[in-house]
Amino acid sequence: MSVTLDCRGRRCPLPVIELARRIGEVPVGGVVVVLADDPAARADLPAWCRMRGQEWLGESTADDGTPAYSVRRTA
Amino acid sequence: MPSSPAHYPTGRPKARQGYRARVPPSVPPEGPAPPPRPAHLDAASGVPLHPVARQALLAALDDGWADPARLYGSARRARLLLDGAREAVAGVLGVRPDEVAFPTSGTQAAHLAVLGGLAGRRRAGDRFVHSAVEHSCVLHAAERHVAAGGTAEAVGVDRLGRVDADAFARAVRTPGTAVASLMTANHEVGTVQPVAAVAAACADAGVPLHVDAAQSVGRVAVPGGWSLLSASAHKWGGPAGVGVLVVRAGTRWVSPLPADERERGRVPGVENVPAVVAAAAALLAREAEREAEAARLRRLVDLVRERVAATVPDVEVVGDPTGRLPHMVTFSCLYVDGEALLGELDRLGFAVSSGSSCTSSTVTPSHVLEAMGVLTHGNVRVSMHRDTTEEDVLRFLDALPRLVADLRASAGVAGL
Repeated sequence: MSVTLDCRGRRCPLPVIELARRIGEVPVGGVVVVLADDPAARADLPAWCRMRGQEWLGESTADDGTPAYSVRRTA
Repeated sequence: MPSSPAHYPTGRPKARQGYRARVPPSVPPEGPAPPPRPAHLDAASGVPLHPVARQALLAALDDGWADPARLYGSARRARLLLDGAREAVAGVLGVRPDEVAFPTSGTQAAHLAVLGGLAGRRRAGDRFVHSAVEHSCVLHAAERHVAAGGTAEAVGVDRLGRVDADAFARAVRTPGTAVASLMTANHEVGTVQPVAAVAAACADAGVPLHVDAAQSVGRVAVPGGWSLLSASAHKWGGPAGVGVLVVRAGTRWVSPLPADERERGRVPGVENVPAVVAAAAALLAREAEREAEAARLRRLVDLVRERVAATVPDVEVVGDPTGRLPHMVTFSCLYVDGEALLGELDRLGFAVSSGSSCTSSTVTPSHVLEAMGVLTHGNVRVSMHRDTTEEDVLRFLDALPRLVADLRASAGVAGL
């Protein structure tokens, strides 16, 4: 089960806020993928995972070249 | 005609002398209380001119205006002033006067240290090693070096912003390393770097070490063992427009700029003698008060670290809690727009800085916070100086929790 959040064009701290708002849409063990082109997301999303005890899975690239960040809900 | 003392402040103490001990002016019978004096809490960017520097500057404007390279009376007076300033700065830094030159800023000093050091070691190699959290002036010098065909390696830092001395030593030992650069302490989070250990590793490898001491000179003792040093006068209470470049005797250094005989060939153009004299006067005054001020500001910083963590939810106080500069503390507030926070703080009279990208001229977040792996948004750097009072800090600490809560509420992120 996974959900993809399209945060393209949204500046910091909006991508991390969107992740916080919507991680509850997946069950524990599910994955949220955040598409974000704001460079701050690369630092802020893993830092949020650490502060909230969620699992940071890492970064890949979407078809259009946008960075795609994956987080597994653990709590 | 209004006649309250608030309109005719003739009986109030003189601004400078009464700055600290001043009692708040009494509230006039009608009308709101005057706003509290603005609190400059961005000392890491620059501090007001030290009172001693102001006196020295005014005197030197009259006595030191002439070209110190000429041979007539006014020129000799300027030369004497410049020589005296150089000796004073050299004395504080524990180096010889002829090793000290005065560029026009700390940034230019760092550019000259790095690029001149690399040019002087061209035969040894083209590798430049630096920490990932150096000031942008060092990173920009590295970019220039790479664009010209050289190579550069950035050594990473831990969550507290401290470079791994062993990893740095390994990088320096890599064949072809020409110069290494490590700041004495970080300008955004205050973490002190292991300069002594890195300097020893550099000496073993025969690689000259540049230290960017801009945040340390006049604040804390600067460790030795380096070959090149850069610093900036307006961080210690001198005027803007004066940097310090030290090239230790025996260090290979070739100017990256067109030839000029000034400053032993290290900085082109006629020296700004009055500003250099004022910078040296400020540094001597800072040295005399350095330890007492460091102890006073360390207590205030401890107070900020404790109170912010206790009173603001979802805040990350970043940087080393113990191995740090005495006057600086940095924290990040989750979900908060740093630009909005700085704007609100400014409205209340608090001048602070931020490493958040939305508050700087670039779209990229602070490379320092990024390298540490901490939050980059909602970031506030509080840095203090000799005019900072406990009252300023308490007022800031009283205002902050409400401001952050209001910003979170208006963004609809409270309780997320």
